[in-house]
Amino acid sequence: MKGTRMNKKNSAVHKGTLTWPKVGRMLWSIVRGVIVVGICFVILQPLFTKLSVSFMSERDLLDSSVKYIPKHFTLNNYRLAVKGMDYWRSLLKTFALSGGVAFLQLCSCMLVAYGFARFRFPFKKLLFGCVILMLIVPPQIIMLPLFMHFRFFDIFGIFKLIKGAPVSLLDSYWPFLIQAVTCTGFKNGLFIYMLRQFFKGMPKELEEAAFVDGCTKLKTFVKIIVPSAVPMMVTIFLFGFVWQWLDSFYTSLYLKGTKVIPVALDSLSASVYSEYSNFGGSMNFISPGFVSMMNNTGTVLAMIPLIIIYLVCQKYFVEGIERSGIVG
Amino acid sequence: MKNRKGYFKKVEGKWKLSLLGREAMAGLGFALPFLIGFFFLFLPMIIKSVSYSFSNMEVQSTGYVLTPAARHGFEHYIRALTIDPEFNRMLLNAILEMITKVPLVLIFSFFMANLLNQKFHGRAVARNILFFPVILTSGVVLGLESSDLLLTTLSPAELSGTDFSTIMNVSGFLLKYTDLPSGAINFLANAVNGIYNIIIASGVQILIFLAGLQSISPSLYEASSMEGATAWESFWKITFPMISPLILVNSVYTIIDAFTSETNEIMKDIKETIFGEVKYGFGSAMAWIYFVCIGIILLVVGGIISKHVFYNDEQR
Repeated sequence: MKGTRMNKKNSAVHKGTLTWPKVGRMLWSIVRGVIVVGICFVILQPLFTKLSVSFMSERDLLDSSVKYIPKHFTLNNYRLAVKGMDYWRSLLKTFALSGGVAFLQLCSCMLVAYGFARFRFPFKKLLFGCVILMLIVPPQIIMLPLFMHFRFFDIFGIFKLIKGAPVSLLDSYWPFLIQAVTCTGFKNGLFIYMLRQFFKGMPKELEEAAFVDGCTKLKTFVKIIVPSAVPMMVTIFLFGFVWQWLDSFYTSLYLKGTKVIPVALDSLSASVYSEYSNFGGSMNFISPGFVSMMNNTGTVLAMIPLIIIYLVCQKYFVEGIERSGIVG
Repeated sequence: MKNRKGYFKKVEGKWKLSLLGREAMAGLGFALPFLIGFFFLFLPMIIKSVSYSFSNMEVQSTGYVLTPAARHGFEHYIRALTIDPEFNRMLLNAILEMITKVPLVLIFSFFMANLLNQKFHGRAVARNILFFPVILTSGVVLGLESSDLLLTTLSPAELSGTDFSTIMNVSGFLLKYTDLPSGAINFLANAVNGIYNIIIASGVQILIFLAGLQSISPSLYEASSMEGATAWESFWKITFPMISPLILVNSVYTIIDAFTSETNEIMKDIKETIFGEVKYGFGSAMAWIYFVCIGIILLVVGGIISKHVFYNDEQR
């Protein structure tokens, strides 16, 4: 902020002597450090707790002398959780689903946002109001109609004509893909809004030059706009990917039998328990400690890929956010 | 269609697209995915949802049958508001929670964005950690976290509720040494105890504010410091007005986020009513009452804030 720069000027004048602005600045930087470290701790602490609980055995959980470092270190939780979630297969499925959805909605949202940012057309303001409306309406309102729509899916009665009855698209990826392509997926209104602001901030000259040189509008978009919007694209892709990865709303709505990570995570302790008892295990009931261990291990397993992706993309991510200039 | 506006022109006796018309066609072409999605998927869903809420529905293997609600159209609405014992209480709770939470999230995220905009050692690391809640706040992780019985006793949210408040007994302290009304004391005590929830809920908002802060031109600050403004003054006279459009955006976003999060009691209840108890019409009616409440609150808040928002016309 401004304060630091002005104080620097003052401190250049009184070099070496302890002046009030200098003391104030030192105090402020101490306070700032404490605040930042404290808040980082509050954010990271649950993660560390999850991580440490995931290595504990149930005895440690009930032992009040164990706080963070497990006494009986075990990898058994991971073994059970990987089996219970069918981890590797559901990881692959979730990866395909999230990647596909994030990519498709990035493409369609970019096209739409470019249309809103650059061209004049009738009812533009009204249509953009509809984008905002889509952002505001909670998905829970249209949850049931969506379910019904994809349960008895039909386009103008075509399927009914061919197969005699509307088809059910549940337990397939089609609902997700259809929603992604038509920009009606999770928080797509926000993506359109962010991308539109970004495109509005880009200089028009390049596009005009390309246009004069005989590029069509679509070709201009692909050749000129897309390469210069990479940071923003990474940001939107990351948002879309992460939100789809952990989304339990649409996945629990559409996918009952297919195991993807959010669904598997939701029912993890129950499925591990049922498997355990089949083998004549020692457990007769689901103890809260066991549920907790399974949930934490599962969460850690679900988040590891995300954290890796986040760390790889974070340079673009911060840059993209900063350049988006979401100021209305 | 509107040749007065010049979308079409007459060339050799035939109507053709003018330059403006071609631009309009290109714009509509780019926006086509959204137009299809909105008019063929989103809008029909909204209309269907309304019609469900006015009727009873039965699902069969080949489709579903709608029958009008037993007595009159508003039966489900009246039942939700007057007969259902839980709904009113949950609705009130959700609104109260929103009222306490939203200002706190806004203030906190604005403060943090300002802090992160300064230069200090380890800023990059701090930023990365602070953007982490964007991942954490979504979906199933939050749901699991809130349902975990054992871990809630270890988490900072609960820690602050028991141990923390005995160390820093906020409400006791405020009661002893200040003359604040009890409402304000409760508000502040809640704020301190719920700091974890507030931090977790303000990831996207910090991002938006930070982007806004970075887009303010430094020349404004230079000019004001030439004229002798202090940092405090330039904060209130430059930063605050320039960021005010984003305060509107963020408050709208925070309200929606608070209302639609998966941990929200009323959202769980609606889902349970529809899919657990198979009461489609009743659940839809509940969802619509809830949405109307959100809409009214959004309109009121948006109306109040947008009166005070400052738009820099040069920037547009």
